[in-house]
Amino acid sequence: MQSLRQRFGALLPSGLDHATLRVVRERSELLSVRLGVVQPPERSDDLGAMVTVYEGGGMGYAATSDLGDAGLLDAIERARAWARRSAALSAVDWSTAAPRPGDGQWRGPLQTPWRDVSLDRKLALLHDADAALGVNDRIALHAATLWHTRTEIALYDAAGHAIEQQTELLVPDLMAVASVGTDAATRTLSGRGVCRQGGFEILDGVDLVAEAARVGEEATALLEAAPCPVGTMDLVLDPDQMLLQIHESIGHPLELDRILGDERNYAGTSFVTPEMFGSYRYGSELLNVTFAPDVQGEFASYGFDDDGAPAERAWLIRDGILLRPLGSGVSGARSGLPAVANARATSWNRPPIDRMANLNLEAGDASMADLIGGVERGVLMQTNCSWSIDDSRNKFQFGCELGWRIEDGELREMVRTPCYRGVSATFWRSLDGVGDASTVGVYGSPYCGKGEPNQVVRVGHASPACRFRDVEVFGAA
Amino acid sequence: MRATFDTVADHALGRLAPGEDLLLWWAEEQSTFCRFNHARVRQVGAVDQRNLTLRLIRGRRHASASLTLGRGGDEDRGRVDATLAELRAMLAHLPEDPHLLWNEAGGLHIESADEDAAIDADAIVADVARLGGDLDLVGILAAGPIARGFASSRDSRCWHQRANWHFDYSLHLQADKAVKASVAGTAYAPGGADADRLAVSILGARERLALLALPVVTVPRGAYRAWLEPAAVAEILGLMSWGGFSAESQQTRQSPLLKLAAGERSLASSVELEEDTAGGFAPRFTPEGFLRPDRVPLVRAGAHAGALVAPRSAAEYGLDSNGAGADESPESLSMAAGSLDPAQAAALVGDGVWIGNLWYLNWSDRMAARMTGMTRFASFAVRDGAIVGPLSVMRFDDSVYRVLGEGLAGLGNHAELMPDAGTYGARSTACARAPGALIEDFAFTL
Repeated sequence: MQSLRQRFGALLPSGLDHATLRVVRERSELLSVRLGVVQPPERSDDLGAMVTVYEGGGMGYAATSDLGDAGLLDAIERARAWARRSAALSAVDWSTAAPRPGDGQWRGPLQTPWRDVSLDRKLALLHDADAALGVNDRIALHAATLWHTRTEIALYDAAGHAIEQQTELLVPDLMAVASVGTDAATRTLSGRGVCRQGGFEILDGVDLVAEAARVGEEATALLEAAPCPVGTMDLVLDPDQMLLQIHESIGHPLELDRILGDERNYAGTSFVTPEMFGSYRYGSELLNVTFAPDVQGEFASYGFDDDGAPAERAWLIRDGILLRPLGSGVSGARSGLPAVANARATSWNRPPIDRMANLNLEAGDASMADLIGGVERGVLMQTNCSWSIDDSRNKFQFGCELGWRIEDGELREMVRTPCYRGVSATFWRSLDGVGDASTVGVYGSPYCGKGEPNQVVRVGHASPACRFRDVEVFGAA
Repeated sequence: MRATFDTVADHALGRLAPGEDLLLWWAEEQSTFCRFNHARVRQVGAVDQRNLTLRLIRGRRHASASLTLGRGGDEDRGRVDATLAELRAMLAHLPEDPHLLWNEAGGLHIESADEDAAIDADAIVADVARLGGDLDLVGILAAGPIARGFASSRDSRCWHQRANWHFDYSLHLQADKAVKASVAGTAYAPGGADADRLAVSILGARERLALLALPVVTVPRGAYRAWLEPAAVAEILGLMSWGGFSAESQQTRQSPLLKLAAGERSLASSVELEEDTAGGFAPRFTPEGFLRPDRVPLVRAGAHAGALVAPRSAAEYGLDSNGAGADESPESLSMAAGSLDPAQAAALVGDGVWIGNLWYLNWSDRMAARMTGMTRFASFAVRDGAIVGPLSVMRFDDSVYRVLGEGLAGLGNHAELMPDAGTYGARSTACARAPGALIEDFAFTL
């Protein structure tokens, strides 16, 4: 990448206000064993660069997978042409909003690099996990998967600054489908929510074979499970459902580009408006949420965002009061609101936009026993499997893989197809129990979609178990 | 575009050792993207990308790798060689795959390329900004050529190239009250016929925006007679496509339409669904080197008529492959039209709702095909056969078997072709074709 830096500097013409080169290389491997059969391995080596030129108050970009001199020069010329042509039409005054990256390096945690573990060992582990999923002849489908990615991102600018970052990521996954006739129930390893930065050592903390046996057993048990009760009742959410609740009804509505209207044609707008920051009661006093790109090993940690802003932790909601949005330096300049380092792009071929990184709900002081014990009538739900929310991020409905009925402070029988619905603007005010550190789960998702042109990015969400009062709960028809 | 593909393919195929076979899949685009907010340019630029996927096969052992490439120069050839070496090393550790199926007979040669038509993206950007000047316009322009290529070591070589522009946009009145529209073409010159179509589209959307100025109507939860515009019906079809028509999903009991496939449930007899490759924009060849049939029937007279079968599923379950991709999702799903006149939609509803778009659909009970989602964009309350005002967004929760079954009062007499505006990773070549639908007792739950 250093040679690209030098060639970029040499190829840049004079007269530009500013220019950057963002180079991304992402190498991934997907290994899977399904029903005892090794699936054909898939590798990917995605390498390219985006040139961004600022000139005369305009901005243009050009991305290319041709990293030779001709390709780079062509990208510089095209980006410059678009910067010039769009200057008079621009929604942003880039003469003041153009990001100015500094210098720095960042590396994610890594003990055992993926490449240091033999393919034979990886496939043996997957074989064992896949076999453990098939607990009985009601399991119609079982599969175990490992998805590894290594990313290298470099950001160079016309002034000679350089930021270089790299990390490895691993996503293990398990799935079992139990079936009788045309009825079926699916259980997974937290809905592909077990996502972490690091190497093969991540699996030291995830006993994949033991988890596989549990997943298979629970899928089978769901076939015979009782229907989820229906009515207004208390709801306890495990962290692998909290991750989606936080993501959809706190993360997205706080994205400043949505509030500024950029996403209205696709991902939607937000019920949050600029005047709410600093005073709006988003939730009960127990609600504390941080933008936390600095958590070691969490799925969306980084040292700098894709505009080069240094990543720092920030409180978004404290004691239930909304403090600040999820807006990058560019969005901050457009709105006058405080910024965080959340300009992120899915890869070299898309420009950065406002995204979540790690967005975490901070732990409280209740044990799991406290949370359950405080429920007279309710349901504990685990692992998201269905999500839907309106384009203002207000009216939501979620479904989970598995639930447990709670009565008089005790867990009772397993229930299937548990769902609940509510409204973001009021739901978080019904939060009346936040689990302590012993209940915290660190999860994430590889698939947060947004933006035009479309972009998918990785997000991380850590949360304790939480209890909500008087929620509309229901199940299968 | 074609010359680069041929150069790379010739090089890769020339590097094979005895006993090896190679399948190559090429995806290239040279795109202009311009994002608008408040009818001004939010982000604009160009993306030039080429992606090659190599599947190396030795006997029944195989593995694949994809990599981005430049223009076929020395650097690219070196990366192709390194990738082949990695795959070769990997095969030594893999067992035989009992479900491998590819076109070993080879000899597939398909050429499909548009005449080079000029698309002046600069002019489109300027025209959108001018036409949208006083409007709160938000949207995305995607323009330029897209290509897909296939080559194999068994004398197959195929090429598919299209150039188009697609402007997907919405006009906003306030908060979430907006009109959604899109317009596309294969050429664009200032003052030309396509420029006229862009102007007509934005003018039409502007006229519809006036209806949103009426007082907002908030309806209580309950069941409503509803007219769903084709875009809303396409959202339901999109959810059904999420494993619903997949042979593998049906065989492994995951399909949300399992009860339809098993004959336990049916849809209304007017429902006809097929994968209409001949009427779509996707290539007619597959990464395994097979020719896609023009049409694959999926639902006939409301009953299951077939599934999308990828080569792996064909090998595993003893089925005939029918050109489906690995995920067995439709790329050109087409729903047959009915007899209702969409111009009379409000009158047909009488008292109820007129839904322009649905949004964020998901399964609330997958195995019962019960779905949930939101109304979005221009949706209206209807009384006495007339629109009385825009609808506050509402959540629905209802079964596919009811909405397209006993609840389906009729389908519109024109099935609208809707190109997919999706650009995740690359510009989509998918599309859907659907008519509007009149639904009895459409269930709003929040």
